[in-house]
Amino acid sequence: MTHSVNGLSVTRAGPLALLQDAGRFGVRRLGVTQGGPLDLHGWAWANHLAGNAWGTPALEVTFGGLELVAECDLVLAVAGADLSMTLDDEPLAGWQSLSVKVGQRIAFDAPVNGLRAYLAVAGGFSAEPVLGSVACVAREGLGGHDGQGHRLAKGDCLKVTPRKASTGNEAPREEQYDYCQSVDLALLPGAQIGEFSGVSLFQAFNAPWHVDDRADRMGVRLTGPRLHCRMNSMISEGIGLGAVQVPPDGQPIALLNDRQTIGGYPRLGALTPLACSRLAQCLPGQEVRLKAVSTEQALAAYRGFRAGFA
Amino acid sequence: MNRYFPQGLPRLEPAGLDGWMVRLFDAIDEGNMPWLTALVRDCESAFGDGLVDLVPSYTTLLVVFDPLRLTPGEARQRLVELLQWLEPDEEAQDAPVQELPVWYDASVGPELSRLAELADMNLEEVVACHSERSYRVFALGFAPGFAFMGSVDSRIEAPRLESPRRRVPAGSVAVAGQQTAAYPAVTPGGWNLIGRTPTVLFDRDREGFSLLRVGDRVRFVPIDRAEFERLGGDPRPMEEGA
Repeated sequence: MTHSVNGLSVTRAGPLALLQDAGRFGVRRLGVTQGGPLDLHGWAWANHLAGNAWGTPALEVTFGGLELVAECDLVLAVAGADLSMTLDDEPLAGWQSLSVKVGQRIAFDAPVNGLRAYLAVAGGFSAEPVLGSVACVAREGLGGHDGQGHRLAKGDCLKVTPRKASTGNEAPREEQYDYCQSVDLALLPGAQIGEFSGVSLFQAFNAPWHVDDRADRMGVRLTGPRLHCRMNSMISEGIGLGAVQVPPDGQPIALLNDRQTIGGYPRLGALTPLACSRLAQCLPGQEVRLKAVSTEQALAAYRGFRAGFA
Repeated sequence: MNRYFPQGLPRLEPAGLDGWMVRLFDAIDEGNMPWLTALVRDCESAFGDGLVDLVPSYTTLLVVFDPLRLTPGEARQRLVELLQWLEPDEEAQDAPVQELPVWYDASVGPELSRLAELADMNLEEVVACHSERSYRVFALGFAPGFAFMGSVDSRIEAPRLESPRRRVPAGSVAVAGQQTAAYPAVTPGGWNLIGRTPTVLFDRDREGFSLLRVGDRVRFVPIDRAEFERLGGDPRPMEEGA
């Protein structure tokens, strides 16, 4: 924080751009949500390519419409969705690090592949942590570049702590996800799974589900066959990341980073962290399928993913 | 000690890759809370750095651990051991009662009259009914520092509003069903508003951030408008159409 300087100024804001570190932890018992990047995979790669440690704040750009101007020379990397990025009107390739000179213009236009892009600068964005984190949660007015939970607005200036870093780092081909491809979401069955009817369980894991337009950082609603559960509601209890709750209308909601901390609908189970990441890149209307996995499979996948990042 | 718990409990239920739901009870009861606060304390010392978050609620504790440090099986084993030796937290049982001053008034509590009507009481009796007993904090959620407290006298139980308000002023004291709460910040909300407290419930600059914690005991103390303002309360009435 000691050497932070003006790094990027916002000349056009777009619908939703938020500063996110790994999330706000240890305060959920106070009713404070987790926050953090919806697509952990894309966020982690952006930071990694920029030479940053795990947890460094990066910008989550949803949908596009954002234009930034460099206020100093920077090394940066964009990963996650392809929002048809440009650098001074020339195409800017994702999944690699590059240098940007003072005065250059970085723009995110509109989704080509996926929904959320992550921009990391070498050395990281600087912001005052709130309750131990800079994760931006608008609903709670916590975190972000200004500490008040605000999305980026025209005229804002993001502070950075620039550091030299190599350019031309590129993520392996297989990590550069094609978000348009069909999606299997790994789900760990939960305690109430036995309360769903046999037909509903068959449908849950065999029918195609569609991402509804009622989708935000709190959760994503899926539409498809109506699922029937013997329990309509329960005494409210803690909700983990990725919990798939089924309200009485039978349409599941996968709860993501900004979910409420407690809730009382029965759950099919929980999406794995990587499945949450994948779902967060789906556009409304996209088809997804739920796939039950074992804890061993999910743990191996997660540990394998994390092993690649310092 | 297991005799204290209902049949089949306590139980550990899977809650994703990084969590276990510890189900201790099957009904809402003030007597649950010393067990829950004891388990929170025990988890903090037993899990150390491997602990990510704890979410206590009415009958359960969600334990969130770091799956890079512990496998779900290892986390489960620790919890099984903790549960074997769990004893209720007597200190929490006898925790001092925190007092929340409240200005009960129709201008800041538009449903005061609704509760009176439902209970066939006058406004003073509703206020007396709400403020004479102490409540236990059963859970925090919905918004930072929002404490679900219970249980209110059955005469002043009132269902949620048919249509929630878009903006409930910070400090609003409210009743819904058997529960009561004070809104820490401006949020939407469908509870019956009966008054307003000048006390700041969630403060990012305060040690511990939230005034209230699960297991705390709380009593609402009636004050008048002058005292409310002296304590820093905002006496502006509800916005029209809010």
